[in-house]
Amino acid sequence: MTDQSAGEGISADVDIGGRRKALIEFWHYFSVNKGAVLGLAVFVLLVLVAIFAPLIAPHAPNEQYRDALLTPPSWHADGRPEFLLGTDAVGRDMLSRLIFGARYSLFIGFVVVVFALFSGIILGVLAGYFRGWVDTLIMRVMDVILAFPSLLLALVLVAILGPGLFNAMLAIAVVLQPHFARLTRAAVMAEKNREYVISAKVAGAGHLRLMLVTILPNCLAPLIVQATLSFSNAILEAAALGFLGMGAQPPTPEWGTMLAAAREFILRAPWVVTYPGLAILITVLAINLMGDGLRDALDPKLKRS
Amino acid sequence: MTAPILEGRNIVRDYHVRGGFLGKARSIHAVKGVSFKVERGKTLAIVGESGCGKSTLARIITLIDAATSGDLLIEGNKVDIATEGLTPEMRRKVQIIFQNPYGSLNPRQKIGEVLGEPLRINTDKSAEERRDLAMRMLNKVGLGHEHYNRYPHMFSGGQRQRIAIARALMLNPSLLVLDEPVSALDLSVQAQVLNLLADLQDEFQLTYVFISHDLSVVRYIADDVMVMYFGEAVEYGSRDRVFADPQHAYTKTLFAATPRATVESIRARLARRRAA
Repeated sequence: MTDQSAGEGISADVDIGGRRKALIEFWHYFSVNKGAVLGLAVFVLLVLVAIFAPLIAPHAPNEQYRDALLTPPSWHADGRPEFLLGTDAVGRDMLSRLIFGARYSLFIGFVVVVFALFSGIILGVLAGYFRGWVDTLIMRVMDVILAFPSLLLALVLVAILGPGLFNAMLAIAVVLQPHFARLTRAAVMAEKNREYVISAKVAGAGHLRLMLVTILPNCLAPLIVQATLSFSNAILEAAALGFLGMGAQPPTPEWGTMLAAAREFILRAPWVVTYPGLAILITVLAINLMGDGLRDALDPKLKRS
Repeated sequence: MTAPILEGRNIVRDYHVRGGFLGKARSIHAVKGVSFKVERGKTLAIVGESGCGKSTLARIITLIDAATSGDLLIEGNKVDIATEGLTPEMRRKVQIIFQNPYGSLNPRQKIGEVLGEPLRINTDKSAEERRDLAMRMLNKVGLGHEHYNRYPHMFSGGQRQRIAIARALMLNPSLLVLDEPVSALDLSVQAQVLNLLADLQDEFQLTYVFISHDLSVVRYIADDVMVMYFGEAVEYGSRDRVFADPQHAYTKTLFAATPRATVESIRARLARRRAA
């Protein structure tokens, strides 16, 4: 009787509720970390702002109000109520540009991290699993990439590919990718000789299954942290490329480009520099907090029950 | 006279150590020509000190590493993984249980997946069938259905070793290599796991190769005993003969090193100490 009911409970788990139950379990462990929840909330808010930018923003991002150049934020004595965070040097509303900029920054961070993570994991797993000449070949190429100052290499790559947002993202992904490859390789090498891997081999698992199903999930914790840190790096480097005229082109309301364009007014009109900087800071902080909580929730060794 | 399940003829394993900056390349002889034979349902115990080649031999028998030379026969078929590779049928015949029950289970796999994985790779059974078989195996090794959805870190050492045994048995192997399966467990749990192994041997007609350095455990479970010393089999025979009449000097030393707790032996020891 008890056996039967236990069996039914498990089949229900496997068939319909398995995915949802896993999600509830994940949330239980994730919500223990208050900072992570805060980070997630801010991040979700940012994503919503990015998606609904045309509905939220009070003005079009590129519309110039020639009568309101460098207007201070509205709570200042000579601020104007229709420009909540003031305007920049050519009279564009800061708030609207920041709201639209969230789209670019999140998009850049996301695409760069996905590219870098994907190629880095593939190369790192191959190098760590097979060792020998495969390892030597892959890791020496990675060493060469790491030997260049990252911004310089990205600049060279963009100069070859041609300026533009997409090429800048590709270049940054190439520059960030060796970090992922190195981390993955180290983790794979540590896990590869563990007894559970040998057990899986004795059970008949092939190379692909050993690499991707047995070993890789046990290497994810450092990669998640690296991915969140790279997210912020990607945003900053894209901004730097934009500043040098190689990334997002000027009218685009990208935070980094805004920051770069406003630097000559830093003393006269601090708000044109402060708010894009704050936006980047808050985004990066929120994602880092979230990544930390994610790692704690995904590591079964930290689970209690 | 039944045919031997496992037979090793003159098995040799050398490791080549590459020379470093100043060092010369050299080779280490881990196993130097060992021969043995185990029949169905019997247990061969391999005893020896650390580094004598026990575990190397275990890896060769389990078909993880190839021998440098010598023949390995499983159920009368010659197996050579270095040149011919390994067929799935052969893979299913030999399984291994490791010493450390904390390292031998994937921390990210639930017990159900741990037990289902060998079936998933080697057979085309449906998820439903796999689950039923895993449940039955959990009962056999003394665990319950409620353990199916738990992670390895939620279990004690003895329970994990039971799970490792269950996983090894999922494919109905004929030969099980036990690489010091109880030396990481405390005494009461050791006895439970050894009894479980003995029961399973009767039930499935399993053949064991039992590697250990614990002579009391060997005396309990083995039919034949092989004593290894620096890669060589210095003594090989039935348990009773080896324990009653050890021939080689190393075997005698090994038996003498077993702690004894009888009243006479304690008296003798105290007398020796007083004399000294």
